[in-house]
Amino acid sequence: MDLYEYQARDLFEKHKVPVLKGAVATTPEQARDAAASMGGKVVVKAQVKVGGRGKAGGVKLALDAADTFEKASAILGMDIKGHTVHKVMIAQAAPIAAEYYVSILLDRSNRTFLVMASVAGGMDIEEVARTAPEKLAKVPISAVDGISLAKATEIVTQAQFPDDVAGQVADVLVKLWETFQSEDATLVEVNPLVKTEDGRVVALDGKVSLDENAEFRQPDHEALVDQATANALEAAAKEKNLNYVKLDNGQVGIIGNGAGLVMSTLDVVAYAGEKFGGMLPANFLDIGGGASAQVMADGLSIILGDPDVKSVFVNVFGGITACDAVANGIVQALELLGAKATKPIVVRLDGNNVLEGRAILKSANHPLVEQAETMDGAASRAAELAAK
Amino acid sequence: MSIFINSTSKVIVQGMTGSEGTKHTRRMLASGTKVVGGVTPGKGGQVVEIEGVSLPVFNTVAEAMAATSANVSVVFVPPKFAKAAVIDAIDAKMPLVVVITEGIPVHDSAYFYAYSLQKGGTQIIGPNCPGLISPEQSNVGIIPADITKRGPIGLVSKSGTLTYQMMYELRDIGFSTAVGIGGDPIIGTTHIDCLRAFQDDPDTTSIVMIGEIGGDAEERAAAFISEYVTKPVVGYVAGFTAPEGKTMGHAGAIVSGSSGTAQAKKDALEAAGVKVGQTPSETAQLMRDILGR
Repeated sequence: MDLYEYQARDLFEKHKVPVLKGAVATTPEQARDAAASMGGKVVVKAQVKVGGRGKAGGVKLALDAADTFEKASAILGMDIKGHTVHKVMIAQAAPIAAEYYVSILLDRSNRTFLVMASVAGGMDIEEVARTAPEKLAKVPISAVDGISLAKATEIVTQAQFPDDVAGQVADVLVKLWETFQSEDATLVEVNPLVKTEDGRVVALDGKVSLDENAEFRQPDHEALVDQATANALEAAAKEKNLNYVKLDNGQVGIIGNGAGLVMSTLDVVAYAGEKFGGMLPANFLDIGGGASAQVMADGLSIILGDPDVKSVFVNVFGGITACDAVANGIVQALELLGAKATKPIVVRLDGNNVLEGRAILKSANHPLVEQAETMDGAASRAAELAAK
Repeated sequence: MSIFINSTSKVIVQGMTGSEGTKHTRRMLASGTKVVGGVTPGKGGQVVEIEGVSLPVFNTVAEAMAATSANVSVVFVPPKFAKAAVIDAIDAKMPLVVVITEGIPVHDSAYFYAYSLQKGGTQIIGPNCPGLISPEQSNVGIIPADITKRGPIGLVSKSGTLTYQMMYELRDIGFSTAVGIGGDPIIGTTHIDCLRAFQDDPDTTSIVMIGEIGGDAEERAAAFISEYVTKPVVGYVAGFTAPEGKTMGHAGAIVSGSSGTAQAKKDALEAAGVKVGQTPSETAQLMRDILGR
C-alpha cells in the first residue's frame, strides 16, 4: 500500500524524523484555517499517488490564509494524470539552502534492504542514477543488523554529505530505519531532504509503501487506506477476502485458482481475444486452493456485478481441491445467485477427479454454463461469447 | 536421482499439530514421503497418529533432529509465528527448510534469509510456495503427488497452480523434481539455484522454467542459462496483461514502472536461447518437440 505524502509526513513525525508543520485539507476552508494556524507562507500540495504533480500545477506557494483558500480551490478537484485531487496538504514554507535524497527500500534482486543517499536531491533519482551514478551511494542493509548510528555515519560519508549536515543526516537515517522497520514498510523515501537556510535538516517530501502482509501486527494501518478512491468492485471483493484486481478495457470476467494460473489465464484470454476484435480480460480473481461454493458464489457475484463483463471464464486446476468439489461449488453458487446470474460462463476443469467434475456440470445442465476441455479452447470460447 | 530431496530424505513438519500441518502430513505420508516427526513449541513429548504412523512431536527443531536424524523441515506455521519457526530451524542447522506459509511479512522473510546467510548450513525454499516433489521418491509440501510420475524433466516455478498445470500437461513423460520457489519478493531458493542443480543432476535431461512479473529473477536466470546450462530449457512467463503498479495475487507479482514486465523477461530468456511458450500448453508442446515425444 502506497501512502499519501501527508500520511508519510505523519509517520515520519511519529518516529521523530524532522519534518515541517503540515496539515491535510479536503476543502478550501480547511486549507485556509490550517494556513492561519501555521502563520506566514505555506505551500499547498495536491495529494495524489502519482509523480509530476509540480509540473501539472498541483503545488503552489500561498502568501497567507486568504491566498491559501484561493490556491486550494484551484488545486482541489484538479485532474493529475488521471488522478482526481481530493485532498491537499498545507505545509509550512521554508527557505531552502540545499536539497538531498535518502531512501530505504527492499532490494528484491539482492534479497536484502538497501539505503540510497545522494547530495543531488530534489530531482528524479532514477535520472541521477542514470546520468551521474557516482552521486548516488547505494549501501546494502542486512535485516538482521539494521542501521546503527555507526552504519548511518558510514553511509553519510560514502555519499559525501558536507560536514555541517553529516551528523543530522546520519541521525535522520537512523530514525528512517526505525520508521521502515517498526511500520513494516517496503519503501521510505525522502526527496527532497533539505537543509534550511538556518542550517536544519528536514524531510520536506516523502513516500512510504507499507507491506500488506504485516496488517496483522499493524492495526493502525487500516486507517490509512483511502476508501474514497478505491474501485468499488475491488472494495467489495476485499470485504469478502477475495484477491481481485479490476482491469481496464476488458470484457471477459476471470475466476481461477492460484495467482500464477490466474495471471496466465488473463494472458491466454488476451491472446485468444485477438481473433475476436480484441477482447480482453476484465479482472484478476484468485479464489485460492479451497474454492468452496460460497467463495465461488462471492467471486461470481463480484464479476457478474461488473457492467464491463460480457462473459465469464472459470479456470480451475484441481490440485489439492478435486474438480468434483469445484463443480459442486459452481452449481451451488449458481443456485445461490439465481436470477442474478445473467452472463454466459465457460468452465474449464482439469486435474484431480476431472471426469467426475465435468459430469456434475453436465448433469446440472445450467443454461448459462458450457464446458471446454482445454484452457486455450475455453479462453477462445469465452472471448467469442464476449464479442457477440 | 533428483534435486534437493530423494527417497532417503527424512522430513519433519513444523506446525504438524495445526489443521493445515496435519492435513498435509497425511498427504505427504500417503505419497510415500518419510515423515519422521513434528515440531510445535510447547507440545513436545506428545505423539500424533497420522495415516497409521506414530509421529513424535518436539519443542524445537534441534531436539527433532537429534531424535530422528531428519534432514528436511517443512513449515506450515501461520505467518505470525513463521519467523521464529524458521530461525529455530536455522539455529539447528537444518540442511533444507521448505516454507509453505503464505502471507509472511517481508521484513520477517528478509530477516530469516539474512540470518541463514550469517549462520550458514541451511537452504530455504519459499516462503509462499507449494514446496517440491521428486515423484515416487519424496513430496515435501502441498503439491499433489498423483499428477505425474518420475521422469527426465526438471521444473522450477514461482507459481503453485502453474506447476501443477505443467506437470499435468507433461504427465506421460514425468519429472525428476518439480520445485515451487514461491511468489514472494524475497525467497530463499531462486530459479538460478534450481537451474544449477538440474544441470548437475544426471537424471534430468531438460528443464521447464516458469516465471511471472515482478523483480528481475527471470532476467538473472537467463544470464545464468547462457553461462552455465547446456541442457535444453523451455520457459513460460505469466502476467503480460498485468497493469503497472497492481499486485497480482502473489506479493511479489507487481510491475513497477517499466521494470518487472513479462515482455522483458521473455525477451531475456529468448536471448539466452530459451524457447518461450505463449500459453502453458504451447510451452508443454515445446518441451515435447525437444524430447521428440
